[in-house]
Amino acid sequence: MIPAQFDYVRPGSLAEACAELAADEDAKVLAGGQSLLPLLRLRLAYPSKLVDVGRLPELSGVHDRGDHVYIGAMTTHDEVIRSAVVTEGCPLLALATATVADPAVRHRGTLGGSLAHADPAGDLPAVVLALDGVLVAGSEEGEREIPAAEFFVDYLETALRPGEVLAGVKIPKLGPGWGFHYEKFHRTAQAWAIVGVAAAVRRADGAIAEARIGLTNMGATPLRAAAAESALRGAELGDQVRQACEMADEGTSPPADLHAQPDYRRHLARVLTRRAVLAAAGSP
Amino acid sequence: MPRITVTVDGITYEEDVEPRLLLVHLLRDRLGKTGTPVGCDTSNCGACTVMLDGRSVKSCSVLAVQADGCDVVTIEGLGAGGSMHPMQRAFHEEHALQCGYCTPGMVMAAIDLLRDDPDPSEEAIRHGLEGNLCRCTGYCNIVRAVRRGAQEMGQAVKTS
Ligand SMILES: Cc1cc2nc3c(=O)[nH]c(=O)nc-3n(C[C@H](O)[C@H](O)[C@H](O)COP(=O)(O)OP(=O)(O)OC[C@H]3O[C@@H](n4cnc5c(N)ncnc54)[C@H](O)[C@@H]3O)c2cc1C
Ligand code: FES
Ligand code: FES
Repeated sequence: MIPAQFDYVRPGSLAEACAELAADEDAKVLAGGQSLLPLLRLRLAYPSKLVDVGRLPELSGVHDRGDHVYIGAMTTHDEVIRSAVVTEGCPLLALATATVADPAVRHRGTLGGSLAHADPAGDLPAVVLALDGVLVAGSEEGEREIPAAEFFVDYLETALRPGEVLAGVKIPKLGPGWGFHYEKFHRTAQAWAIVGVAAAVRRADGAIAEARIGLTNMGATPLRAAAAESALRGAELGDQVRQACEMADEGTSPPADLHAQPDYRRHLARVLTRRAVLAAAGSP
Repeated sequence: MPRITVTVDGITYEEDVEPRLLLVHLLRDRLGKTGTPVGCDTSNCGACTVMLDGRSVKSCSVLAVQADGCDVVTIEGLGAGGSMHPMQRAFHEEHALQCGYCTPGMVMAAIDLLRDDPDPSEEAIRHGLEGNLCRCTGYCNIVRAVRRGAQEMGQAVKTS
């Protein structure tokens, strides 16, 4: 279908983009368009104006900043996968991004767009949450940092205020000894996750010293599997890990849709968490 | 109305476009490039795949204004001097199509895949073409055609 009419601007700077958004509350940011254009084509969204930030140089690129990796919001999925800084500094993000959609969508879609869109079925919000990422928002007042744990507020809703643009995300590097895995369950190629599990695990002496687990599509926002994380502390690979992962769905409220009922999603979360944790611990 | 400059299959056009005009509609309805079809309303099928600055994109999911200043190659721009591109010829020879609706997108996606992996395995091809759906062939002949096209393209590079 053909989208309804809207105006279009391509501002030359982040400041200009923020001013455009502040001046019109029905204006929307356009990044890669891989979520927004399908919505416009189905006439599920009616913005008055699209503010195209896709080409702003200050919003793109991957930067090694010592203790963290800074990724500009307009860095495409394809650029994330190809970035040596990402594969070395935050490999979990590269692993999960490689499962997003298909090559053509990954050439256009951006990390910032995925996070700002905040679809709980999206793969990258759970990863940024698991890695304790910090989102950087720009506005006419300047920059503001929002921890991932506070950024995802509700279904398709973030802590970004009107007039704010997501500028980038800081991902703290985890030191040596950590292993990573993203386990995504979907029935057909190129489909969204029915459930996904992002796991970062530090191993010491044959046991798990520390684990961080992000859950995709187990609620209105991405979630941390907090109960499983604390049960995994000190768990020995084998039965103890297995038991700890049985708590992966505690505190979640998975949706019902045509792909799965909540109880099935809970089952998947437990099984996929076990697989992800064992794979991240290097013992699949 | 924004004015854009876009090069399509080697020819540069200046067009006044409504912001809501999709790249695929610019190609088909304005420029007559009907070799690129629209197969779905959900950005899933990949029939509309073209190259935008050398990378595969779904042209139904790009606004024409977003292609301002860019270089677009469609299925119609692949062959030179009336002869088929080796990947097109491989699809023809391996019977990699029935109705042909998915074919332009499949060929573009296959050529994009070879940028990274000039001699892809069967598995790499199936994975690389994930964004392109075929409702007729069952994919086997498509995979065979991409392997053959890849070999012929490698050959073409080596002998030239
Ligand atoms: C066929 C298909 C399959 C897909 N499969 C998956 C999948 O398996 N997993 C997955 O995670 N994703 C999937 N996606 C979505 C894809 O990852 C998108 O790229 C992503 O969701 C949105 O990124 P974008 O840059 O295209 O954003 P856009 O579509 O341009 O924007 C999305 C939303 O975010 C807002 N926004 C964008 N950037 C900013 C910013 N910097 N500041 C403030 N607001 C902003 C926009 O206003 C809009 O509301 C799929 C998409 C398609 C078409
Ligand atoms: S028509 Fe573009 S993906 Fe189907
Ligand atoms: S040949 Fe008919 S859809 Fe592929």
